[in-house]
Amino acid sequence: MSATHILFWFLSALAVVSALMVLFSKNPVHSVLWLIAVFFAISGHYILMNAQFLAIVNIIVYAGAIMVLFLFVIMLMNLNKESEPRKNVWMKLAGAISAGSLLMILVSLVGQATEVSHKTLIMKDGNIGLIKSLGKILFTQYVVPFELTSILFLSAMVGAVVIGKKD
Amino acid sequence: MTLLSIDTALVIEKLILIAVIIFASLGIALYTTFAERKVAAILQDRPGPNRAGPFGLLQPFADGLKLIAKEEIIPSGANKWLFILGPGLAMTAALMTCAVIPWGDKVELFGRTIALQVADINIGFLYIFGVVSLGVYGVMIGGWASNNKFSLLAALRGASQAISYELAMGLSMIALLMMTGTLQLGEIVKQQTGPGHHWNVIYQPLGFLIFLVCAFAECNRTPFDLPEAENELNFGYHQEYSSMKLGFYLFSEYINMFISSAVMATLFFGGYDLPFFNPANHTPNFAATIGIITLMAKVVMFIFFFMWVRWTVPRFRYDQLMNLGWKSMIPLALVNMLVTAVVILMRH
Repeated sequence: MSATHILFWFLSALAVVSALMVLFSKNPVHSVLWLIAVFFAISGHYILMNAQFLAIVNIIVYAGAIMVLFLFVIMLMNLNKESEPRKNVWMKLAGAISAGSLLMILVSLVGQATEVSHKTLIMKDGNIGLIKSLGKILFTQYVVPFELTSILFLSAMVGAVVIGKKD
Repeated sequence: MTLLSIDTALVIEKLILIAVIIFASLGIALYTTFAERKVAAILQDRPGPNRAGPFGLLQPFADGLKLIAKEEIIPSGANKWLFILGPGLAMTAALMTCAVIPWGDKVELFGRTIALQVADINIGFLYIFGVVSLGVYGVMIGGWASNNKFSLLAALRGASQAISYELAMGLSMIALLMMTGTLQLGEIVKQQTGPGHHWNVIYQPLGFLIFLVCAFAECNRTPFDLPEAENELNFGYHQEYSSMKLGFYLFSEYINMFISSAVMATLFFGGYDLPFFNPANHTPNFAATIGIITLMAKVVMFIFFFMWVRWTVPRFRYDQLMNLGWKSMIPLALVNMLVTAVVILMRH
């Protein structure tokens, strides 16, 4: 077992345990903090695949910006254990069953897909995830989707300004 | 000598380097608190701390001992775990940035060439940016877990201030990135050294100014210390803290100041480069020592500037702070970025 294997299993266990803690925490602030731990574990996985740019952008965007906004909202709403609505047992059961079936379908689909079945994961080296190669691909091969995404962002920003403006 | 296909000597070398850098940062932060009081005293025409040891040099240790010896209080309404986690996060985020800063050129010890940088990663710039964006959590979690309205308000202020100024900081970094063409900090310093090369501040004066202002805001230093505005919020987000947990918060501010000074020196002032000194004419170890001393001198200059501003410029009002961030800094940074792009395009 090499160091990469040990790190892989450690990060995977961390990601799964943290994701479960997001669900099982009673306090919403704790849930957000566990979600940040999940993002860190996933960034660790990116680093194992030498996708440094993806790893750090994952941290900057998700852990550094979006989760801060989540924390903002939750702290200001002042959610407590007492104010949490009691859910019906049957509802919980139905939710668990439907989520479980969805998971089963997704897993079986990913397992059968030809796109992923004959590929091996490049660990430790390979420069696909480095910023230079990513930038070149984004601005040559995928320049149209890239520009479309930026238009989407612009429209979202304009929408936010319109909603946020007083009358 | 390999264990798990890792070079054990390399691991030991890096661990020693990390330990030295962290303890050096803590030591420098310790004496920065003393320097702050001395600078304040000089600016206000009074002697300052001069009782503990010669010239009061043992004052920081007396302060630290006092903080450790104080009673530890966790308020009964506080969220205990998060209350403890807050100062720890603030401290961790403050210390994490020093991993990518090149503290000097290579030295030769015991037949090994050791780079005085923990990790010259491909994304050095973005790593700093990522750690800066994580620095908010210490303030937010500490302020919320205290279960105190003033603390919560201060934490929200601190977080929104940090997020606002991160944008302008990132934009000024993009202009610098367009010039250097690399994100590696070691490479950026090398581009600024040697004859015919100039420090980045000559090419990016406006970018440096924006970065400096944002660094003040990110470190919660006056004139941007709104999260600790004592006349409005009593004591700010660490109001409920006592003993060494309070010490961690106060201390992390000084470490942040030290690290951001080092980052500014690296990005804009040539890092460990001493002008008119050619390292190739000297032995590597001597050149590296000169380099470390040069970098530290630059850092001390910046730290002094931080203090000078603190004791001369009054604090902004919160709306003024937001206006400055969103309506001046970000448009200025955008203009700077555009001008840089046009100039680079013309020179091609």
